[in-house]
Amino acid sequence: MLIDTHKAEIENILSRYPVKRSALLPLLYLAQREEGYITESAMQEIAGILKLTPPQVYETATFYTMLNLKPVGKFHIQVCKSLMCALVGSDTLIGWIGKKLGIKPGETTPDKLFTLSAVECLAACGTGPMMQINDDYYERLTEDKVDRILADLRQTGSCALKTGPFMWPEPAGTQSQG
Amino acid sequence: MPTYEPILLKNMLQPGYTGSLADYERTGGYQALRKVLGKVNPADVTATVMKSGLRGRGGAGFPTGVKWGFLPKDYQGPRYLCCNADESEPGTFKDRQLIERDPHQLIEGILIACYAIGAASSYIYIRGEFVLGAKILEQAIGEARAAGYVGKNILSSGTTIDVWVHRGAGAYICGEETALLESLEGKRGLPRVKPPFPATHGLYNKPTVVNNVETLANLPHIMMRGAEWFASIGSPPKSTGTRVFCVSGHVTRPGNYEVPMGITFRELIYEHAGGMRGQKKLKAFIPGGASAPFLTPDHLDVKLDFESVAQAGSMLGSGGVTVMEEGTDMVWAALRLMEFFYHESCGKCSPCREGSSWLVQTMRRIINRRGRMADLETLIDLCNHIAGRTVCAFGDAEVSPILSTLKHWRHEYVTYIHAAEAANLIRPEPVGTKQ
Repeated sequence: MLIDTHKAEIENILSRYPVKRSALLPLLYLAQREEGYITESAMQEIAGILKLTPPQVYETATFYTMLNLKPVGKFHIQVCKSLMCALVGSDTLIGWIGKKLGIKPGETTPDKLFTLSAVECLAACGTGPMMQINDDYYERLTEDKVDRILADLRQTGSCALKTGPFMWPEPAGTQSQG
Repeated sequence: MPTYEPILLKNMLQPGYTGSLADYERTGGYQALRKVLGKVNPADVTATVMKSGLRGRGGAGFPTGVKWGFLPKDYQGPRYLCCNADESEPGTFKDRQLIERDPHQLIEGILIACYAIGAASSYIYIRGEFVLGAKILEQAIGEARAAGYVGKNILSSGTTIDVWVHRGAGAYICGEETALLESLEGKRGLPRVKPPFPATHGLYNKPTVVNNVETLANLPHIMMRGAEWFASIGSPPKSTGTRVFCVSGHVTRPGNYEVPMGITFRELIYEHAGGMRGQKKLKAFIPGGASAPFLTPDHLDVKLDFESVAQAGSMLGSGGVTVMEEGTDMVWAALRLMEFFYHESCGKCSPCREGSSWLVQTMRRIINRRGRMADLETLIDLCNHIAGRTVCAFGDAEVSPILSTLKHWRHEYVTYIHAAEAANLIRPEPVGTKQ
């Protein structure tokens, strides 16, 4: 039960809003953080906390693309396929990642490590092609870079190539894209 | 290349600037708040913003001061300010930089706006994917709270203003102000029918103002340096101040460029963004994010201000300029944007929900060399049945890639259809169309 394990956090979230239902998205995120996806029992529990009916929770949860209602891999690779990234090669990149992992967009590797999704714009159009893996952005991608990211994630669970706070013009000494 | 004084990006361009409270205060941060809080009448703050000519930087370009002025004067209950940080318009990535590199500039803007409209609570609705941005904002709000800028009795002025970060969860429509409010209330992000406008019936049905990140970030500068100073920049009287334009696509240096409004697209693309990649010719560009109709090389000398771009048959929108080089397939480009709109249509209005699917199907058929000449008329007919017939502006936005590419590059559509005819791949006419 979320209320047993995260009582303080849930109370903190509830304290921010004058109307309880506003806490729905933050609580769904909390549930997703626990399991990797939002289980039916978590939705039932959240409904109880916010004094909503389970369908009211479900109707909101189904609307948003970032809320997973079924399990995804440990690393959810979301590659932007919108026009601005497509102009600079995102389709090739999606093909490359798919080939490396042996899966198509929408699928998960048999070892449950990687899920690949082709998603719409993630607001990094000037540094495309790009992808988001779980919480982190990876930008200005090339095949080599992707290979390194996948290998690092497989080995250590994290990768130093993720982007920090976005800056343009770039600080001196960083590699610019010509 | 002409250089201009940066306003919004000024701090972050200094070497070693981290965006921390100490750094921000060192560059004169929170001085505007000190100047205003308890010393200037809130109505005069609104008047100053009105006089500055600041217009919304999120896409619609509505005058900010006028928007604030719509709030009921005599209402005694709570009011809210929502900062729209749901930056999801393809081609736009300016708010991300403003949030991640200089969060206190935004927070100060929010505090000034709250003071002007009499709001004691404000929510920054940030798109869910900006996990880093949300973290940075949370940290900055914590710093500001500890320093007495946020919370109860700010700077001993007796004013209480709270700022909270609220993460969205992946829905483009939540950048539309009423959908944002619905989402913030914990519901599906479906736009509301207007009127009533958020100014009277906004968050929890209370008077609410929704302003974009860049709009709010301008406020400390306007309060510090005056409305006349701001109004003298750019292309007065209708388009004042600078704008952070996001250049993407086939240019040498894609990125964010803060320039005064009123310079030409030619200058932005060829001088600031370094011109075309590999010296190729420019074929098309989008001036204001995915919702803006495509423009051609003939429009390169159009000025980057609201009116000039509207006269050219497009819109300045969110300031996302996407450049395409010679050889780009315009049918493919329009389809790619159409797929975005199809995916992001919220489903509330039938013309948009069903129409976006039909548009994508028809476009896919054309690009797969199964199209008929009649499809072009169908596309236009469909677009005319979507635009203007939906609750929010999404309907008008989603038809712009197709209508504008059909207007300027119709021959590319025809080429696909001729290829289908030559290969004898056309599907038979649907039943019922033969007279």
